[in-house]
Amino acid sequence: MADFEPKIIAFVCNWCTYAGADLTGTSRIKYATNVRMIRLPCTGRIDFMFLLKAFAQGADGIMISGCHPGDCHYTAGNFHARRRWIVFRRLLDFVGIDTRRIRFSWVSAAEGAKWAEMVNTFAEEVRQMGPYKDICKLDESQLQPVGA
Amino acid sequence: MEALRKKARELLEGKAAAVVIGYGEGSGGKARAVFIRQPDKAATLILDDRCVQNLAVYLVKNEVKSLGKAAVVAQPSTLRTILQLASENQLTDGLVMALAVNNGQVLELTSFHAIEEYLNTAVPPSEAPGKARGLSAEDRAAVAKIEAMPREQRWQFWVNEFSRCMKCYACRAACPMCYCTKCVIESNQPQWIPVAPTGIGNLEWHIVRAMHLAGRCLNCGYCVEACPVGIRLNLLTQMLTDEIGGDFGAEAGFTAKREYALSMFKPEDKEDFIR
Repeated sequence: MADFEPKIIAFVCNWCTYAGADLTGTSRIKYATNVRMIRLPCTGRIDFMFLLKAFAQGADGIMISGCHPGDCHYTAGNFHARRRWIVFRRLLDFVGIDTRRIRFSWVSAAEGAKWAEMVNTFAEEVRQMGPYKDICKLDESQLQPVGA
Repeated sequence: MEALRKKARELLEGKAAAVVIGYGEGSGGKARAVFIRQPDKAATLILDDRCVQNLAVYLVKNEVKSLGKAAVVAQPSTLRTILQLASENQLTDGLVMALAVNNGQVLELTSFHAIEEYLNTAVPPSEAPGKARGLSAEDRAAVAKIEAMPREQRWQFWVNEFSRCMKCYACRAACPMCYCTKCVIESNQPQWIPVAPTGIGNLEWHIVRAMHLAGRCLNCGYCVEACPVGIRLNLLTQMLTDEIGGDFGAEAGFTAKREYALSMFKPEDKEDFIR
């Protein structure tokens, strides 16, 4: 597992975390290169299907980050998102999907250092957990003939 | 049964209802839904323990709405469905009449308010709001059993369950809350969920279904009944009932004016996983 580099997809909101990650860069803070960021208008825009699709495409971990409660550019997008995550996380857990591989956080545009720390910690945790193949290998494991 | 037939005949003769939706004899000894528009056909109505379908599924169909005022034979779960559909603005008060059968008597419930009152007073205690909310004892035990498994085992359990799914969407057709005219499953740009019944697609379908019904499912159980391979689909939706009913407000189906938990929020909503 020593040479395993986790693939992490981050869904972030345009106004806080994306700007925050920008600040991380302009502050010249180094952080793990395992993360691929996808910028969305708001955390409220993050459909729960995005998470499933990321896992299905082979992501080992997913980060979701946006404005702190009360700071949403659209006033309430993150409040709606928070409710959706509470429910969705519970459902994923019930189905047996590894919820440790999804990291939710609030990172503001001023928290460049926090973003670097979030990514570094999570990348390390996922590295320890190893590759996540439960979902992306599902089709292969089911292509066996019936009764085999 | 006789009381029901008599009531249906009266309603159709007096033009109090344009159509009576009830149960009739189907093929293979099963009960099926019948739509009665002529008074003399009222005698084909039946009512026994084969009649398990949630007939509220037809109330939101345009074909039925265009007939005029509908009277529907309703069990407690059907009544709750009507209230939930009403709170989602899918039904108009006064255009739907519920025929609740209780101890051989047939009660006409002509408004949402009457249904609310009936559910709060006349239904058996096990069905009554406030007394047995949330999951049934049997479902609760099934959910607890799954939750007690280690995560890997839970995953294997559901993968095995979903692997039997052939994507016939009988669960969707049976569910009165699945009334969207364009479902995510039919979307092909982007294609969210593959058409073929593959491992990932089946998982995605069942998760999407559960999420879209989260906090709206009334646990009539007809999806399980309709599933040709007997997947316990309702456990996925019902498992979320406690979560949503408890923390986010009222449980579905006891009032015609309910705000949907996932389209509103409270600033003080509690979670313990966001860093």
